Amino acid sequence: MVGIVGYGAHIPRHRIKVEEIAKVWGADAPSYKKGLMLTQKSVPSPDTDTITLSVTAARNALLRAGKVNPVEIGAIYIGSESHPYAVKPSGTVVAEAIGATPEIHCADFEFACKAGSEAMFVCLGLVKSGYVKYALAIGADTSQGAPGDALEYSASAGAAAFIMGSDNLLAEAVDTYAYMTDTPDFWRREYQFYPQHGGRFTGEPAYFKHVTGCAEGMMKKVGMKPSDFNYVVFHQPNGKFPMRVGKMLGFKKEQIEPGWLTPRLGNTYSGSSPIGLTATLDIAKPGDMILMVSYGSGAGSDGFVWKVTDRINEVRDKAVRTTKLLDENITFVDYGTYAKFRHKIRKND
Amino acid sequence: MFPARAHREYPHRYRLEAGQCKKCGKVVFPRRLICPVCGHREFGKVILPDTGKLVSYSVIRVAPSQFTDEAPYAIGIAELTNGVKLMAQVADCDVDNIKVGMDIRIEFRRIQTDGHHGVLSYGYKFVPKWY
Amino acid sequence: MRDVAVVGVGLHKWGELWDKSLRDVFVEPALAAIDNAGVDHIDSMVVGCMSGGLFAGQEHLGSLLADYLGQAGIPASRVESACASGGLAFRTAFMEVASGMSDIVLAGGVEKMTDVSGDGATYALATAADQEYEVFNGATFPGLYALMAVAHMHKYGTTRDMLTAVAVKNHNNGSMNPYAQYPFKTTKQEVEESVMVASPLRIMDCSPITDGGAAVILTTVDIAKKLKKPIIKVIGSGHATDSIALHSREDMTTLRATTLAAERAFKMAGKTIKDIEFAEVHDCFTIAEIVVTESLGIFPAGKGGEAALRGETGLDGKFPINTSGGLKSKGHPVGATGIGQIIELVKQLSGVAENGRQLKKTPKIGLAQNMGGSGGSTLVHILEVI
Repeated sequence: MVGIVGYGAHIPRHRIKVEEIAKVWGADAPSYKKGLMLTQKSVPSPDTDTITLSVTAARNALLRAGKVNPVEIGAIYIGSESHPYAVKPSGTVVAEAIGATPEIHCADFEFACKAGSEAMFVCLGLVKSGYVKYALAIGADTSQGAPGDALEYSASAGAAAFIMGSDNLLAEAVDTYAYMTDTPDFWRREYQFYPQHGGRFTGEPAYFKHVTGCAEGMMKKVGMKPSDFNYVVFHQPNGKFPMRVGKMLGFKKEQIEPGWLTPRLGNTYSGSSPIGLTATLDIAKPGDMILMVSYGSGAGSDGFVWKVTDRINEVRDKAVRTTKLLDENITFVDYGTYAKFRHKIRKND
Repeated sequence: MFPARAHREYPHRYRLEAGQCKKCGKVVFPRRLICPVCGHREFGKVILPDTGKLVSYSVIRVAPSQFTDEAPYAIGIAELTNGVKLMAQVADCDVDNIKVGMDIRIEFRRIQTDGHHGVLSYGYKFVPKWY
Repeated sequence: MRDVAVVGVGLHKWGELWDKSLRDVFVEPALAAIDNAGVDHIDSMVVGCMSGGLFAGQEHLGSLLADYLGQAGIPASRVESACASGGLAFRTAFMEVASGMSDIVLAGGVEKMTDVSGDGATYALATAADQEYEVFNGATFPGLYALMAVAHMHKYGTTRDMLTAVAVKNHNNGSMNPYAQYPFKTTKQEVEESVMVASPLRIMDCSPITDGGAAVILTTVDIAKKLKKPIIKVIGSGHATDSIALHSREDMTTLRATTLAAERAFKMAGKTIKDIEFAEVHDCFTIAEIVVTESLGIFPAGKGGEAALRGETGLDGKFPINTSGGLKSKGHPVGATGIGQIIELVKQLSGVAENGRQLKKTPKIGLAQNMGGSGGSTLVHILEVI
């Protein structure tokens, strides 16, 4: 039996409202808010990047993992589309910062918004095979949308970390499933600062096809149906897509809502469904079943069926809850500050 | 910044590793080769606590070029719960409402970037302890 | 030890000297000091400079400056103790004469600070702080003194008014100093509305970036008598160090190196603070003057600000501080500052301070305190007319 031994999230403190971005680009804020089902997004300050978010999330995961000694972690995989270096791993910094070096395997993952769930998938496999005792999977991003593009309203920052192991689980990974095709709905070429996307091509042939394909395949593999799950967490590029795909698959709003954070968080890309899972674990009860389906453009989805154990009650408050990070102690910034924080202003070197 | 200069400080900056004098118990951060209190030369390794209180602060308005993106930013000296004092930026705070005695927590942050080409330097900052 | 006297001083107007190089800035006052002393040679030379390398790309200053002074061949060295480099040059020259190694020694100081951008100057100055544990984390020099100011305010109730009083007083004094970089008076309103640099310190709490040099000639009292000069004797010299990182100190509302250096100078002189009639102190920031006057024992701990506010440190006060205008008005070419302070002592003790800033009753004994970094090093010298 393998699964989650510790989990933790981190979300930057700053937020920007849809209205503030719409004002600058002359867009109609009310229709954007309704269309995207999104009111605001998180904004990383200049001292925050995928590495720093990962370290804080990983430390929160260690707090919940309890007796895990960082040196027992045999692998660290960070999924992100905003690794601070083009060449040089993010994972080495994080492993060093939590004291997990030097006997540890490391790789940085990239698969648009599903790089984080990929890390989770691979970590479970390594633990299950017995190659490592514990493995640390992180999904983190400080994603950038091009100024004025629809993505600018949603591209946000956050991280979730999961320590996978085979004993002392707080959630058992009942099974996993993956579904992937080559579908170019969103991409960023080397040396380009902002990603590009295929507009409406990102919807039906991309997100909806892969998420439904993965969810259905996952449920079929374990012989379960939507009503067998207490909760479901989907990748959430905006507020609307996960609600719609949930309805298409036969899930109720109540099953989706605890992990549905995008309306007030934005799309944290590789952090999206992983952070949603942390918020869901924060309120889950022993015995609860959770379906998680990620999505990454390019395109593919990873599916997980989690069964929450008794240990959740002991550990959930050993670290800060995700909704607390999301809703408390936040500061709204104006577009100028956001532009400065996100290096959108041309300066002298 | 040449990478070797930052690299040798990682134990301090990444993990808050300090030395503790094996004779008198004095905790030194960063590590030293001789105890400033008793002159003993053997130290054990301890990890600093990650919470404390601010003993002084200032809000930097005129910032060196590597910190202009963050200006105005606060710096402060905090006394950690074990009595060790250290200086760092106070991040994620309302710069108009910092106070001596404020509870802080240490977080891992990017400190310097060395332009668009150099090695990234990470380390510790204080943030207000709000939970 | 032989008795040592200052027999010549040389200064030029400090400021942003766009047409002068590092060597010009030094040689001009050094020649003036030699002329003023009336000596026909110098045996040796010690120059204080904080960072010729970072400010002007030039090290190896002992040889360069001796050559351009027309003294190639003499032993010449450059000493460094950040902003206290000038004071250290003076002490080194003093020891050389006192020990009998040399008879006539030039002690100089120089800094050419405007050959780099403001950011470059900030970088160079910040090398006097702990690079890895202060500067790395975003500390600036105004920021470090601001940390001291906030701690002092918190502990003792020191106020904005008190900091302002220091700036207004020093600019008033400096307005009478023809060598000052900023010889103008200022007002409470100007100070308190000036640009915020590092709260609570505003630009008018800060000493400026300055090009400047200064030099004095030290010799034995016996030789001084032969030169038929007024005998201004160096009766005390004290030097002390402290942690350069502010956070490593037990108490950042006092300057331990200043207290220790003063104790050593007083011990050598056989004097106490009560014997001192006036002082030049290192007011790199207004808060520094307040803390220094307390650390020297002129005022009790926590009372320096009130004393400044009451006017006790003015020209007519009971303990005049920085009659020259201090670093604030006169300028702060870091390596030259300590020598500049000695020159003001010599002028006041000789009764020749210009333009009405001469103390009414010509003093007999004065003290100079020159400090490096945020107080990590301090030189204290006591001069007496005999």
